[in-house]
Amino acid sequence: MPQIFHRSTNTISRVSIFGAVFALAVVGWALSSLDRSSYATRANTPREQPVAFSHAHHVGDEGFDCRYCHTSVETSSFAGLPSTEICMNCHSQIWADSPELAPVRDSFRTGQSIRWTRVHDLPDFVYFNHSIHVKQGVGCTTCHGPVDKMPLTWQHASLHMEWCLDCHRQPERYVRPRDQVFSVTYQPPPDQLELGRKLVKEYNIQSLTSCSTCHR
Amino acid sequence: MPEQQLLDAEKGQAPVIGPGHTFATVTDKISSVVLTQRQPLMWFATLSTAFLLTMLLLLAVTVLFAKGTGIWGINMPVAWGFAITNFVWWIGIGHAGTLISAILLLLNQPWRNSINRFAEAMTIFAVACAGLFPILHLGRPWLFYWLIPYPNTMGVQPQFRSPLVWDVFAVTTYATVSVLFWFVGLLPDLATLRDRSQTRLGQMFYGMLAMGWRGSARHWRQHEVASLLLAGLATPLVLSVHTVVSFDFTIAILPGWHSTIFPPYFVAGAIYSGFAMVLVLAIPLRAAYGLGDLITMRHLDNSAKVMLGTGLIVAYSYLMEAFMAWYSGVGVEKFLMLNRMTGPYAEQFWMLVSCNIVIIQLLWFRKVRQNTLALFGISIVVLIGMWLERYVIIVTSLHRDFLPSSWGMFHPTRWDWATYTGTIGLFLLLFFLFVRLLPMISIFEVRTLLPEARVKEETRA
Repeated sequence: MPQIFHRSTNTISRVSIFGAVFALAVVGWALSSLDRSSYATRANTPREQPVAFSHAHHVGDEGFDCRYCHTSVETSSFAGLPSTEICMNCHSQIWADSPELAPVRDSFRTGQSIRWTRVHDLPDFVYFNHSIHVKQGVGCTTCHGPVDKMPLTWQHASLHMEWCLDCHRQPERYVRPRDQVFSVTYQPPPDQLELGRKLVKEYNIQSLTSCSTCHR
Repeated sequence: MPEQQLLDAEKGQAPVIGPGHTFATVTDKISSVVLTQRQPLMWFATLSTAFLLTMLLLLAVTVLFAKGTGIWGINMPVAWGFAITNFVWWIGIGHAGTLISAILLLLNQPWRNSINRFAEAMTIFAVACAGLFPILHLGRPWLFYWLIPYPNTMGVQPQFRSPLVWDVFAVTTYATVSVLFWFVGLLPDLATLRDRSQTRLGQMFYGMLAMGWRGSARHWRQHEVASLLLAGLATPLVLSVHTVVSFDFTIAILPGWHSTIFPPYFVAGAIYSGFAMVLVLAIPLRAAYGLGDLITMRHLDNSAKVMLGTGLIVAYSYLMEAFMAWYSGVGVEKFLMLNRMTGPYAEQFWMLVSCNIVIIQLLWFRKVRQNTLALFGISIVVLIGMWLERYVIIVTSLHRDFLPSSWGMFHPTRWDWATYTGTIGLFLLLFFLFVRLLPMISIFEVRTLLPEARVKEETRA
């Protein structure tokens, strides 16, 4: 009886069996990397805005406090976007004729808000409150990154649930003293864990990881 | 019945293999079903019916995915309905295959050699049908993989304290071990088909599946070891899988579910319905393919006896359930039992009692066990009864729980029926494709039943 298969079949079948395991592992690894890449999360990509507003200039060069514009961050779930009037506090005097700022002046004249592009957009099924985080010693830059170095603002973190839980499970790794929350230059001290544990106790920070904390 | 004359003079039992067979005739007979024989009319009739039902399943599932579980009759308080009933029913049916292939192998029961192959196939296809239901029952079935622990971007793992997650592990383990066991058992027969196949396509198909089996002594030795190891792995699964399935109920505090009797009662019920399915498949197969000398009256008789035995365990469990409801002195438990017997689902309850307890008593009579038509009918009745059992457990417990303000009713819709009958179609479709494409009886294991095989062993010893 003649051979049904060529001799090479031995090698082909061995390679394909072991190759299948390897290929599956690679596919799994690729999918999980893709899911976490900034391509999927849109992190680290500056967003186009109707006015090329630069945090780097306003915060980094001029030293604005976050709360000058984001007025409701300490009292509300929403940090608040500045009204055109806040912009015009200064820009009625400086760069008052700049063509760059034409949309701001239009908005001031017509009363129509500027339609900024949202950079940090959590899904609607997530409840997030800025005020409690600020109150419990979570610094602005902990989540939003070095905004004082962002000419156009980008999303710093992945905003994945694992990223939220990373801090919710071990808040002592990230909390800072309350008087440092709005500092953009604050660097965690070398003994962060020690300080963190102290602050967690002092501020009575609970590690809230129940589903309904955020998914209400 | 001509088989009745074939009784073994010493034991008064039918032989496990008909007289006149040799190694060659066994191989010829079983392999010709796949390779040369024209398929009987029964094969075409069943396959086309099964195909139509599978199309119905596809339709039902498509509508389900488009519209959601609202097309079914489920709602609060009866949120489980048909889907979970069908899941438990199918997974239970699979258990007989594993019992036959693994436990009876370890217990050295050679008669199982003639029926283990198609019983294992039955297991795999039943588990496939069972596995569909929990996924279809999910609100967002495309996210079913959330049940599996994997490094996800949500940073969470499934709730390991939930028996529903245990189910995922129990069923996937069961499916994996069953498929492996089946495939390893098939290897020598696949090689036989490869060598006997007259067409290039057949040689390629069976050749690839046979994975280079040459039948050397070393191959056989490793095959033996692998089979025994897999049998060892599969044996605890016969008991554990349906135990875990029963935890879906017992871990809840609902009256009628929260009971320690469930694990053994479910396992017995599973084997009960499984053997019923074995008979429902075996009786028409042996008639249509003329396999009465390989699947003899002995096999049917033994299966009927297992059915009777497990049926009695199930009957005892029903009795204990009722007794414990009274003996516990708990009001809701007593109410549940009374409500089962006299409430809105009393009809289904009494039907299940007559199917599972009363009619099965006929199997005490040898005359009934020797009558294939009666056996077939009783097996169908048992399958219906075991389906009703799960239906009654799920629906009667859920529809009247602790709070009368949240009482309700469950009425199946036509989509419930379409999905259920659709999986019966899928099961039969897969099974009859198996009958057409693979040897439905294990050639090499049946050959060990022959006197030729035994004589050699004895002379050597």
